[in-house]
Amino acid sequence: MHWDVVLDNWQLLLQGLWTTILYVSASLALGLILAIPLSILRSSSNRFLSWPVWAFTYFFRGTPLLVQIYLIYYGLGQFESVRESFLWPVLREASWCALIGFTLNTGAYVTEILRGAIQATPYGEIEAATACGMSRAQTYHRIIMPGAFRRALPAYGNEVIFMLHGSVVAGVITILDIYGAAKKINALTYTYFESMLAAAVLYMLIVYLITRVFKRAESRWHAHLRPRTE
Amino acid sequence: MRKLSIAALVALCLALVMTPAGAKEWTKVRIGVEGAYPPFSFKNPDGSLGGFDVDIAIALCEAMEVECELVEQDWDGIIPALQAKKYDAIIASMSITPERMKVVDFTNKYYHTPAKFVVKEGVAVEETNEGMKDLVVGVQRGTTHEDYMNKKFPDVELKLYGTQDEVYLDMGSGRIDAIMADSVAMDDGFIKTDQGAGFVFLPGNHNDPAIYGEGAGIAVRKSDGDLKEKFNMAIDKIRADGTYQDIAAKYFDFDVYGD
Repeated sequence: MHWDVVLDNWQLLLQGLWTTILYVSASLALGLILAIPLSILRSSSNRFLSWPVWAFTYFFRGTPLLVQIYLIYYGLGQFESVRESFLWPVLREASWCALIGFTLNTGAYVTEILRGAIQATPYGEIEAATACGMSRAQTYHRIIMPGAFRRALPAYGNEVIFMLHGSVVAGVITILDIYGAAKKINALTYTYFESMLAAAVLYMLIVYLITRVFKRAESRWHAHLRPRTE
Repeated sequence: MRKLSIAALVALCLALVMTPAGAKEWTKVRIGVEGAYPPFSFKNPDGSLGGFDVDIAIALCEAMEVECELVEQDWDGIIPALQAKKYDAIIASMSITPERMKVVDFTNKYYHTPAKFVVKEGVAVEETNEGMKDLVVGVQRGTTHEDYMNKKFPDVELKLYGTQDEVYLDMGSGRIDAIMADSVAMDDGFIKTDQGAGFVFLPGNHNDPAIYGEGAGIAVRKSDGDLKEKFNMAIDKIRADGTYQDIAAKYFDFDVYGD
């Protein structure tokens, strides 16, 4: 065992840790913003509204993230028309390709999570809102969405962890995330076990923090579901 | 009767234990190749493996009179997989370097070619750290070329790729300004292809022996000294009987063995 190679390259790993956190949190935030309107459209009974969103989520949930990133990064770059278009300054950068791919991917998953939560809204709540004279927009704003977020919380916690693990894909398109850093250390020193184990520990560390945050969030927003203590 | 069979069993065990471990007969050798580094190794349209490394591997097995199994392995894991005994030798254009000698053993070289930069036609830069500091250079991760760039061109921005094919893709689409890699690999794998139209070599030859070593060799586990010797003898044999030259002539119009 050569643990010294991990210590010698701690700056590289720290840089990778920061990059991973940055990409994952940015894409989760953008994905959530994308998913809120999409999930409302997706749960609409109007087919012209729900069908396009269904196609979008089906594509991004039906294909591996690695394939999506390859399509965006190497695939689009193959076409001269893309390379000469106004999109190229964005698509030429690996960082943007990763951010776009991650955002669309997590956006698709969160859309379906929220759609399920919206559709699970008890009829009574909506009827009560209508009886109180709330408009449709008010019902969504005050009743449906807050309840949906609360119901979606455990599933969303899983999605955050999946997104973190999926982000290793950034390492294959030249980005130095945790996995990219571990690969680089391995390439310099030929110590696969040590470098990958160091990466594994960093990922576990982030997951630990994520589960803590969601535990707190659940105990706050699911307080009404806790057994009564008297 | 029972006693006799026990005695026989004990004798058999002793015989097994006392067979010297070092005398392993190499009847079958599994060879790790990369398959993404033309013209040294690539995939034929039908999916089979081809290229200079692959042909040399097959010729060496014939010269050693052993059965040969080619195992495809990505570059990133090519040394760990050797140590994990997924195969017994690596024939993948691997340069013999002091860093790698710490973990594996090498045979004598089987070829030696210089490294060069490739840029877009019409780009004139001085091949120094100062002259190239505004360029983005793509290299394959974990190669001597990455090492060379880090040591001699520390201020040049590097992009690291898993395979050489991906470096060519990003050069073609304009994400990088230059490639640093083996001249022969790039000539056949990029410059002479449709993808490489409009790209040229810079004039300098880069072959600092302190980094690039003495050429490409066959890597074996440190414990397999006998296999290394067999390979060395086989390299001499195919060099002497003309097999090497026949294979080389299929791919190159110059002496790839070097001096």
